[in-house]
Amino acid sequence: MPWLTHLRSAPPSALIGLALVLAYALVALFAPWLAPYPEADAAGAQYAPWAAPHYLGTDMLGRDVLSRMIWGARNTVGIALVTTVLAFLLGTTAGLMAATVGGLADTLASRLADVLMAVPSLIFALLILTITGTSVVALVLVIAVLDSTRVFRLSRAVAQGILTMDYIEVARMRGEGLFWLIRREVLPNAAAPLIAEFGLRFCFVFLFISALSFLGLGLQPPTADWGSMVRESAKLIAFANFSTWQTATFGLAPLLPAGAIALLTVAVNLVVDWVLRLSSGLKE
Amino acid sequence: MGNELLTIRGLRIEGRSAQGWSEIVKGVDLDLNRGEILGLIGESGAGKSTLGLAAMGYVKPGCRIAGGSIRFDGQELVGAPAPALRALRGRRIAYVAQSAAAAFNPAWRLIDQHCEGPVQHGVKSRREAEAEAVQLYREIRLPDPERIGLRYPHQVSGGQLQRAMTAMAMACRPDLIIFDEPTTALDVTTQIEVLAAIRAIVRDHHTAAIYITHDLAVVAQMADRVKVLLRGTEVEEAPTREMLSAPREAYTRSLWAVREFRREPVAPAGPQALLLEVQGLTVAYGPLKVLDRVSLTIPKGRTVAVVGESGSGKSTTARAIMGLVPPAGGKVLFDGKPLPPRGRDRGRDLQRRIQMIHQMADTALNPRHRIRDILGRPLEFFRGLKGVAREARLRELLSEIELEPDQFLDRLPSELSGGQKQRICIARALAAEPDFIICDEVTSALDQLVAEGILRLLDRLQRERGLTYMFITHDLATVRAIADEVVVMQGGHVVDSGPTSRIFRPPHDPYTELLLSSVPEMDADWLTRRLAERAARHEKRAS
Repeated sequence: MPWLTHLRSAPPSALIGLALVLAYALVALFAPWLAPYPEADAAGAQYAPWAAPHYLGTDMLGRDVLSRMIWGARNTVGIALVTTVLAFLLGTTAGLMAATVGGLADTLASRLADVLMAVPSLIFALLILTITGTSVVALVLVIAVLDSTRVFRLSRAVAQGILTMDYIEVARMRGEGLFWLIRREVLPNAAAPLIAEFGLRFCFVFLFISALSFLGLGLQPPTADWGSMVRESAKLIAFANFSTWQTATFGLAPLLPAGAIALLTVAVNLVVDWVLRLSSGLKE
Repeated sequence: MGNELLTIRGLRIEGRSAQGWSEIVKGVDLDLNRGEILGLIGESGAGKSTLGLAAMGYVKPGCRIAGGSIRFDGQELVGAPAPALRALRGRRIAYVAQSAAAAFNPAWRLIDQHCEGPVQHGVKSRREAEAEAVQLYREIRLPDPERIGLRYPHQVSGGQLQRAMTAMAMACRPDLIIFDEPTTALDVTTQIEVLAAIRAIVRDHHTAAIYITHDLAVVAQMADRVKVLLRGTEVEEAPTREMLSAPREAYTRSLWAVREFRREPVAPAGPQALLLEVQGLTVAYGPLKVLDRVSLTIPKGRTVAVVGESGSGKSTTARAIMGLVPPAGGKVLFDGKPLPPRGRDRGRDLQRRIQMIHQMADTALNPRHRIRDILGRPLEFFRGLKGVAREARLRELLSEIELEPDQFLDRLPSELSGGQKQRICIARALAAEPDFIICDEVTSALDQLVAEGILRLLDRLQRERGLTYMFITHDLATVRAIADEVVVMQGGHVVDSGPTSRIFRPPHDPYTELLLSSVPEMDADWLTRRLAERAARHEKRAS
C-alpha cells in the first residue's frame, strides 16, 4: 500500500490533523450511539452547569449540549462535505472544459461565473434561500453553485498554464479527444492546487453554513448544528458570572461549538498541507 | 604575490537532496590574478555555476560550503559575516547572469537599476552614477547611450539587455566579474556582438573575470586560461591556446571531438521522390505575417535542416505542417496529396505518419505519466496494441533508443536526465511508426556530448527505418553534421536553400554568410579576426 508508507513518513502536524479529522468523522458517523441524549429532546433543567449527567450542561430549553455537539458534527460537517464535493465537481468540470475547449464556450462560462461572483455570496444565498425556503437540499445546492465559481476560476487558470505545455500539444497532434486531454493530461497536473483549494473551500463552506445558521437561514431548529448553537448561546457571555468555575461554564457555552468549528478548520488544513506536498512532489 | 585576486583552496560545496547532503563541488582549487580571464567549462551539473557563485562567497539556498577556503584580495570569504560580504558584492565582485531578461526587474528603467549598486554602496552620487552609466553604455556599444537607460527592460532586445547587464556589473568598477553563460540564450549573430563588447570592456578596465560556459568555442575567444570541470572536480587547467592545441585529459579531448561528428553521406539514388512539399505557405497573426510565402521541399529518406535566428519562422513552419496553426495561404503536400490545414481533419493515419519532437523534453513529457504510459499510449492509439503485444513493443522501443527497459519503464520523467528525456520523446515519435519526423531544436537544450549521442541515434534510426527528417536548428555545427539539404530562413522568408555542401561553400547569400561567419570556431583568434574582417568590410563600403 503506497498510502501506508506515505503515512509512516508523514510529519507530526499531518498526523495530528489526520487524527482530529478521523475523530470528527467517527463522531459524525456514530452520533446516534455516542450521544447520551436525543438531538432535540429536553433532557433536564435549563442552563444546567457542567456536571454529570450533563457534562457540558444544558441549553435554554434544557437540551443536553454534549449530545447536541455530537449531532451537530454529523449535520454541519456532513452537509459541508457534500456541498464542497458538489462545488468541486461542478467547478472543476466546467473550469477544465472551458480552458481546454476555449473560444466562445470559455467566454460564456467565464462571464457567467463573473456574474455569480459579482453579487456578495452571503446576500445572494440569503435571497435565494428566502425564495426557495430553507430546506437542506436548497442550502446545499445554493452554496455549491456559489462556491463552484471560485473553483471554476482556479481550475481554469491552472489548466490554462498546463495547456501551454508541449505534452498537451503532443496529445493534440496525436488526435486525442477532449475527455482524454482533460482526464489524463490536464487533471493529474492540476491536482495539487485543487486539493489545496478543496481543504480551504471545505472550511469556507463550513463557516458559511454556520454563518447562515447563525443568521437563522441555515439548518433549521431543532436540528443541531454548531452555527446556530453559537447564535443561541452567544448572548450568554454577557450574563455569565465568571467568579466561580461552576458559574463560568455558563458563559463558555458559545465557545464549545465555535471551538469545534475552529479546530476542524485547522485540522483539515494540516492534512491538506501534507497531501499537497505529497502530490506536488515537492521536497522541502 | 600582490597580483593574486582570488584564491580558492579545496572548496567543497554540498547540496541538500532527498538522501541528505551530497557534494556538488568536491575540493576544487582556483587561482585568479588581477586582470585575468578564467574560463570555466563543463557539462550541466559539473558545478561551474556553483563554483562561480562561490567566488562571491555566495551559495544558493539549499546548498552549503562544507570546507575549504575562498580568499578574495586577502580576505577570507568562507564564514565571513553578512555585512562584510554585502560590502564586497556588487562593489568589488559583480555577477552577470545567463538570462538578462529574467535578471532585470521589469518594473524599473535600466538606468535606475544601474545606479542602484553604486549609490547603495556609497561609491558615487546618483548624478555621477548616471553620467557614468551613459559612458559605460557607450563603451559597450549600446545604441543611443544617452537615452537607452530610460527604457524598461522589455523595450530593448536580448543582446542589448545582456550588454546593459555587463555595463551594470561594471558600475562600481569591480575587481572581479563573474559571467554565468551570458550569451547562451542569444542567437549567434547577436552573440558575436555581445562577446566582442564584453571582451573589450573587461580588457579596457583591466577587470578580472570568471567566464562560465559550456561552449568551448566561446571560451576560446574570451579566456586567458581554461579550467575544465566534471561532476564537481577539476579535470585540467591550462592556458587557452595550450588547451586548444593539446588537451591532456581524455575527457577534455572528448569534449573537443564532439563537433567532429559527421554522418556518412547517403548518396542520392537518382531523382528523389518528394515526401513533403510546402508551397507558398503564409501564416499571419492579425496583420503581422510570421511566414510569408514559404516554399520548401523535403525528399523521401533525407534530412532537411531549416536554420535561422529566433523569430525567423522556423518553428511556425513546423507547426503549420503539423496542423497546429492554420495557414492564411498556401498549401502543404504530403506524399503528393494536399494535407488538410487543421490537424484534426487529417484522420488518424495521416497524424500517425507525421510526428514531431520538441525542443524542451522537459515540457514535452507529462510529469505525471510513467514512461510506460507515455510510450504505451501512441502504441495503443495508433496501432491498437494491448496487453502482451504492447509490453513487448514497449521493450523493443526502449532498446532501440538505447535505454534498459527494466530500469526505465516505470520511471517518471523527473527521474530521467535531459538526454534520456529527449530519447523518450524520440521513442514516442517512433511508436507511431511515422514516415516523417520534424525535429524542433531537439539538441539545443542539451550538453554537447549528450547532443552528439542524440544525433547519432537519429542518424541510425534514419538509416534503419528510412525516415525523413525536417531538422529545425540554429546551430550550424549540427546542420553540417547531419543535413543533406539546408533551408535558410530569415524574418518569415526562405532566403537560401540547397544541398548542404553548396550552402557551406562560398559564394554565400549575404544572410547565410552572416550566419556562417558568426558561429564561433575553436580558434583563439577567431573573434579578433572576424571583427577585423567586418570592420574592414565596413570601411570599404563607407569609402
